Order: sequence, then structure tokens, then C-alpha cells
Amino acid sequence: MTTRPLADAAAPMVEALAVRKSFGDNEVLKGIDLTVGHGEVVSLLGPSGSGKSTLLRCINHLETLDGGEISVNGHLVGYRRHGGKKYEMRPREVAAARRDVGMVFQRFNLFPHLTALENVMEAPVFVKGVGRAQAREQAHELLRRVGLPDKPAAYPFQLSGGQQQRVAIARALAMRPSLMLFDEPTSALDPELVGEVLDVMRGLARDGMTMIVVTHEIGFAREVCDRVVFMDGGVVVEEGDPAQVLTRPTHARTRNFLSKVL
Amino acid sequence: MSSPSVTQAPPGYADEPVVRLRHPGRWVAAAVVVVLAAMFLHFVATTPQLRPDLVLGYLFERSILRGLLVTIELTAVAMVVGIVLGTLLAVMRLSDNPLLRWVAGGYVGLFRGTPILVQLLFWFFLGTVLPRVSLGVPFGPELVSVSTNTLITQFAAAILGLGLNEAAYMAEIVRAGIGAVDRGQTEAAQALGMSPGLSYRRVVLPQAARVIVPPTANELISMLKLTSLCLVIGLPELLTTAQLIYGRNFQQIPLLIVASIWYLVLTTLLSIVQARVERRMNRGVAGASPRRRTRPALSGVRP
Repeated sequence: MTTRPLADAAAPMVEALAVRKSFGDNEVLKGIDLTVGHGEVVSLLGPSGSGKSTLLRCINHLETLDGGEISVNGHLVGYRRHGGKKYEMRPREVAAARRDVGMVFQRFNLFPHLTALENVMEAPVFVKGVGRAQAREQAHELLRRVGLPDKPAAYPFQLSGGQQQRVAIARALAMRPSLMLFDEPTSALDPELVGEVLDVMRGLARDGMTMIVVTHEIGFAREVCDRVVFMDGGVVVEEGDPAQVLTRPTHARTRNFLSKVL
Repeated sequence: MSSPSVTQAPPGYADEPVVRLRHPGRWVAAAVVVVLAAMFLHFVATTPQLRPDLVLGYLFERSILRGLLVTIELTAVAMVVGIVLGTLLAVMRLSDNPLLRWVAGGYVGLFRGTPILVQLLFWFFLGTVLPRVSLGVPFGPELVSVSTNTLITQFAAAILGLGLNEAAYMAEIVRAGIGAVDRGQTEAAQALGMSPGLSYRRVVLPQAARVIVPPTANELISMLKLTSLCLVIGLPELLTTAQLIYGRNFQQIPLLIVASIWYLVLTTLLSIVQARVERRMNRGVAGASPRRRTRPALSGVRP
């Protein structure tokens, strides 16, 4: 398995240019530009239907673009550029490109037929070809890191929502990604379980992980993120320093949204 | 003086005896069952024509056992054909390629839409319309040519009839199983960098299996009984053998009982295996413990 060349430091971690996406007649993304630097923690805020989850899924090529392009680590997502044209990649090539990007879903999507430990071991063993012993050791370490050292043998249904989401974070980290995408990671949790997941994410941010977080947790955005991006109706309405955007928004739409969620 | 009145139970209420709900219907049902069972036993005991001696004598008779073996072989081979071809058809039906989808859909429609008895006879009599089967360039020169009647023996006709028909049903079962796996599972597998093939093998199929196995076991059990249809093409499986014997000695009912006993033995064995396999498959499913327990393993667990 050939490893991809390391990112050249000059290129941003994520660069989205004029991204467009429609579902049928419904245009969800209407030309999005977004740049995320190495080590930056960015949250995408906005009312539901504003396109923030779709944008996140486009970055991981779980959705194909209808226009524009996205690069991760200087590599085009889903296409190969050659002779002034963009060629669609084969599914295997897309899969190889995703190894560098971890994703955490709103509904956890843990593999229910595997234990917590096996969930974390799965991708290193079967995608990267890491030896079982080494993968197991790493998985134990990751479960410790997300605060679940005593749960390796538990099946997902035996864990609370917060615990499941922390296993899901460990599973994504097991591929040693350079970018983590979080799609409303706490929206499916009971209020008292939100904190434990946010704590893990806070730790990741502290360790310098590049993160893009779609969230409704304004407090988390304000406290942890370097930048917030406010989206509405498929466009970026405004972006900037959390303190500035969240306390002195310049746009009426941002003010309107914040007055509802705060 | 408008404080709410609290009904206070006089002392001793807690010790009052409880009268359980009576179920007179159960007694009526039990009486009916007892009478019917008694009538049946009386019929068995007073009907010498049932010939229990013959039943016992033929149960382990050589030709019957040989027929039993043919039945088991037929079931196994036809089921393997059905499962392999059925899984292929299911994947074709879920494919992005519209031609594959259409071909698989057409196959299922054709083989589910005609009686299996007709299909058995069709393969058996194929030689009458297609005397020779040849291998070669389409519409061009032939390389090998074989007489259809040599190629399609009774056994081959039976496998074609039963197996191709089974594939149509298995295709629907496998398709439903794959469809029952949440889309988020595929997305999670993709997000971890799994190729489509790997995510099918490691994530989708193991979960689909839980949905696929129980109806497949049912198919296996019904296949065992469907093999008796091979009577019409004269293949000497269990029922045909029994029929050959009662054709000579006119002891129809005793020999049908012999065949029924063997069918029952095999289906019972298969049911036991089915229950075991299903328990094994239920790993990681809330409310279904991998081991036999009377109470859930963990109480108060969140769903």
C-alpha cells in the first residue's frame, strides 16, 4: 500500500471553491468557499437545512459535487486532475483518499456486530493491514484516551449514547487522520451526556487536531473553535472569530439565528 | 374545612386474600383436545390396515434408505445452487448498472411466476425441443455438441428445476437482508477508507446475515419437502421409492407413513440446527442474548 505524499505545508488542510450541490430541484449548496488551515478548529453553524451537514459530507466525498471543487491536504477530493480535465476516481481510489480523514456521525453508526474494541481495530486491521496485536494495543490506548478503558468487550447496544459516540471518535482516530469531521456529534444525545463527548473533542482540539464541527453547541463553538462559519440557505453568511461572530454578528440572519438558539 | 379527604385503608386490608382470574376457556379447550386425541388413538389401535409391522419393516429397508440419501443430496445441491445464484442475483438487483438490475428482475419474475412442477417437467422434457446442446461461437461453428438427453439426466433436471427456482426466492431474501442494514453503516465503513467490496464483506453482509439466515433455513426445510415433486420425473428419491413399493404391494398408507417419518426426522434436525445458528448470529443485538438466558443479561441498558 503506497502512502500518499505528506501534505505540503503551504497548502491549506481543506480548500473548498465555489462548491455547489443539489438534491433534485433543491439546491443545498450555492457556491461555498471555505479554507481551513492546519490545526485549525472550525465550527459550521446555521439553521437546519442551511447545507452545513451536506458541505461536511462533500469534504469526505460521501456526496458528489455538482460544481466547484474541494481539496484536502492539497489533493482534489473525488477527482484526478489531468491535462486540464477532472477525471472521476474509481471507488477504490476514493476509499484510499478517505483514510486521511476521520468522520463522526450524528447517529454514531458503530458496527453493532462488533465490540467496542473490535470497532476501533476494524479499519487499521482490514484497511491498513496493521497486525492484530499492534492494532489491539492501539485500540486499548484510544479507548483510554476517550475515557472508556473498561469497556473494550462491550457491544454498542450495551453502551449509553455518549459512550457510543466516544467509541466512534476512537474508531475514527484509529486511522490516524490529519482531519476530523464531526457531523452534529451531540445532537442525538440526552442533555446530560453531551458534556462527556464535548470533553473528548476539547482534548483533541488541544492536541492540535484539525477539526470541522457541525454543531448546535454555541458554547463549545465559542470556547474551543478558532473560527465559526455561519451558513444559511446554502451560502456562507459570515465567518470569523467566535467572539466577534457570536456576540456582535454583522448580519441580520446571524442575529436572528443566535437569538433563537442562545 | 375543605382539606382533601384521603382514603385511609382500614388495618388488615393488606392481608386480604387475592382471588386469581379464572380461565374456564382453557378447561374447555383441554377437554376438546383430550377427546380428539382419544379418537385418534382409538382409530390407530383398531385399524389393522395401518400395519405398524410394515411401517417398522420398511423404515430401514435398503431402497428406502437409498431414496432418503437421494433426497438429502438433492436438497443440498439444489440449495447450494439457489443460495449462490440467489446472492449473485440480489447483488445484481442492487447494482448501479441498469442492465444487470433488469436482467435479475426478469429472472426473478420468470422463475417465481411459473409453478415449480412445470419447471421440473420443462427441464426434463427439454430434449424434445432442443435435441442437442452445443458449445461454440454463437451463430457460428460448433466446438462440442452433446445430446440433451445425455446431458440432462433425471438428477440434472431435478437440480435445474429446484435450484433455479430456489435462486429466485433466495434473491429476494438476500436483497431484503442487505436492504435491512442501515445506510449509516455503509457510510461509516466508507468514511474509514473501506473499499465497496470490503465494506460489503466486513460490515454489510455480517449484519444482513442475521436477517437472511432465518428465512433461508425455512427455504431449506421447504426444499427438503419440495424434492418429493421429483416423483413426476421418476427420480428415485424418498417419495418415489415409497410409491414404487406400494405400487407392488398396495400398502399405500403404511409406506406414506414411512416416508413421512423420515421427512419429519430431517425437518426436526434442521429446525434444531436453525435455532442454534440464529442464537449465534444475534451477537450485538439488544434484547437477543447470544447465550440462552431467561432474563436479559443487562437490565436497565439503554436501547
